[in-house]
Amino acid sequence: MAATFHGVRATVAALSSSSSPSNSFGCKRLISSPSRSFSVRKRASFTVVRSDGSVNFDLNSKGRRAQQLIANAVATKADSSPASSSSKPGHELLLFEALREGLEEEMERDPRVCVMGEDIGHYGGSYKVTKGLATKFGDLRVLDTPIAENSFTGMGIGAAMTGLRPVVEGMNMGFLLLAFNQISNNCGMLHYTSGGQFTIPIVIRGPGGVGRQLGAEHSQRLESYLQSIPGIQMVACSTPYNAKGLMKAAIRSENPVILLEHVLLYNLKERIPDEDYICNLEEAEMVRPGEHVTILTYSRMRYHVMQAAKTLVNKGYDPEVIDIRSLKPFDLYTIGNSVKKTHRVLIVEECMRTGGIGASLTAAITENFNDYLDAPIMCLSSQDVPTPYAGTLEEWTIVQPAQIVTAVEQLCQ
Amino acid sequence: MKAFISCKVLDFPGGKVVFSPEMRFLSESPSVYSQCYRVLDDNGQLISHSNFVPVSEEVAVKMYSNMVTLQTLDTIFYEAQRQGRISFYVTSIGEEAINIASAAALTSDDIVFPQYREPGVLLWRGFTLQEFANQCFGNKADYGKGRQMPIHYGSNKLNYFTVASTIATQIPHAVGAAYSLKMDKKDACAVTYFGDGGTSEGDFHAAMNFAAVTESPVIFICRNNGWAISTPTSDQFRSDGIAVRGQAYGVRSIRVDGNDALAMYSAVHSARQMAVNEHRPILIEAVTYRVGHHSTSDDSTKYRPANEIEWWRMARDPVTRFRMWIEINGWWGSEAESQLRSSIRSQLLHAIQIAERAEKPPVNDLFTDVYDYIPSNLREQEKLLKETINRHPKDYPADVPI
Repeated sequence: MAATFHGVRATVAALSSSSSPSNSFGCKRLISSPSRSFSVRKRASFTVVRSDGSVNFDLNSKGRRAQQLIANAVATKADSSPASSSSKPGHELLLFEALREGLEEEMERDPRVCVMGEDIGHYGGSYKVTKGLATKFGDLRVLDTPIAENSFTGMGIGAAMTGLRPVVEGMNMGFLLLAFNQISNNCGMLHYTSGGQFTIPIVIRGPGGVGRQLGAEHSQRLESYLQSIPGIQMVACSTPYNAKGLMKAAIRSENPVILLEHVLLYNLKERIPDEDYICNLEEAEMVRPGEHVTILTYSRMRYHVMQAAKTLVNKGYDPEVIDIRSLKPFDLYTIGNSVKKTHRVLIVEECMRTGGIGASLTAAITENFNDYLDAPIMCLSSQDVPTPYAGTLEEWTIVQPAQIVTAVEQLCQ
Repeated sequence: MKAFISCKVLDFPGGKVVFSPEMRFLSESPSVYSQCYRVLDDNGQLISHSNFVPVSEEVAVKMYSNMVTLQTLDTIFYEAQRQGRISFYVTSIGEEAINIASAAALTSDDIVFPQYREPGVLLWRGFTLQEFANQCFGNKADYGKGRQMPIHYGSNKLNYFTVASTIATQIPHAVGAAYSLKMDKKDACAVTYFGDGGTSEGDFHAAMNFAAVTESPVIFICRNNGWAISTPTSDQFRSDGIAVRGQAYGVRSIRVDGNDALAMYSAVHSARQMAVNEHRPILIEAVTYRVGHHSTSDDSTKYRPANEIEWWRMARDPVTRFRMWIEINGWWGSEAESQLRSSIRSQLLHAIQIAERAEKPPVNDLFTDVYDYIPSNLREQEKLLKETINRHPKDYPADVPI
């Protein structure tokens, strides 16, 4: 083991001496965007917050390398890697626009697709995901709902059972805690309890995660609570490419799908293909192949990991970064192959330590791949505290790149 | 004169509001309780000057037979539970008129979202006694594949959505379905039932509000039977019942004598026409009494007087009342009565026998229908379960096929 390790290290050292680390990967690379300051648009009563100068977004400003290497885990015919960037130029857009594009394309393709949520109609949605849709498709297909999350989720479930394909938007995922009854007791359950007579092809989506001083109630990470519900699928998008792909796949799925977005990722820019594509709902995304350690992450933490990866590469490590994307079920095929290769696992997540995605993932990996592990699985998560409002405190409740670097160093000793 | 001059109108966002310098609070309760629509008196005789939607002899007799069937079904299944043959049961005794008359006034295209005390609607639409028994015994022929408690019927064929134990969650479902029907421009409406207790849930409030705002063709039928398990309506709400709440949401409403089958039929019939033709929701409050216990897990004599229950069972029985009316019309007699009752009874006992002996659903059905296709983790769990069963066959019920 040690010999191989040193060998790989040498290779990494050699590679890192080339002009830019990105050339050494030899994989498809999309044209990265120039520096872009990141702003979060909140509801009218809050102030607009800009994040320039924040260390968390240096990665974004230098141009994020979002490799589209799709590990062929659960094979599906629809899952095609995008045409190489040289033959088709594609088009550039922001993540929220990608979501909208996916939604719009599905609404055009299937007249049964409709959207419901607060302020999504003529206001266009608090994060502008549904901007312009009400004018295009009418008030009935883009429905503005009163403030009753449990009830409009219930309404979506009723509509889904009678043949529509609703997309329910929670203005913030935390608000969907009010819809937990409908999601758990009805959405996840009715296909089963009715003996398969009624399907609920609903998509429940919205922004969650820790933002920029949004306060504890608006910083909920619902994936921990929802992951137990039988009958639902859960995915988390992290790039414009997978946001659009997952949105489309979720709408086309016959099962109820919860699509988790992140408040701070809506303005990510990427060039995506012009042609129609979807992303497999059950598949993880290989962000950066490597040899030393498997880093499993999702949503915003992907970017913290990639930033840490730069530092790690400079220090001579070769981390393999996988964006697990599918939170329920886990893509144990991709994850397993990675574990078998690297023998070390680090999970980096934004949800709380207790009962989080990392906890379940640790259990799943230990059960299935225990023999392949050379070290105990490490899991970096947020602390079990409500998110503080103070900016400095908030920053330290989530995992920072420096912690990730330290963890990898510890793991690879 | 002075008062006239000071009456002006203000342009608030909600609309033009007349204002006055006299400070007056709206009373919390009306001086008179909102009236109740009723057509037959306690002796089944038509009240003079009543207006109602006429029913033919055929429909009336069918309604009555269904009411008797429902009553018998409830009695026998309740006994079966007491004998330990089924695990649980919920009766609808005292609410037969609401069940059957409302179902009779709807069409088979109207989508029903029940609470759990409305099996009569399924019965009217053609669910057989055998199908009822199969669900209660959870055998292989149950459409729910044995996954739910008894009385949690569901039939997509008959447009009757599977009962969920949660209270009032079906009300927003109905509004969503009505919205779907409206988008598809179908000649149908959504109908949902709930009790007086269900109206306290947030889902009731929001669904009513939504239905009004989205102008959806949905009929809300509240079975105000006086009790939510042990909570009487005086502890449930302080409004004058449910119908008055309609106006608060902008929903047209009516209060009906729920034990008067003819009045129920007329009200639901008219409501349906308004809902479908005018694209509006309608709220119907059917006042009645829950004669039975809340369920087989309840003994209501613990919180209400036994003589009150008896009085409603005998003196205010909706089935008897309707029977008197059809007999007055010459459409029914005592011979027909005894024939019907004995026939239903023997059919039921037979259905129960067959259902009891039928095979249970296989272990596979534990894992199917969670998703559209079984995912790998569930396949693994299924495999593990089967291995465990094979290793400890004595610990597993012999009548459940693997």
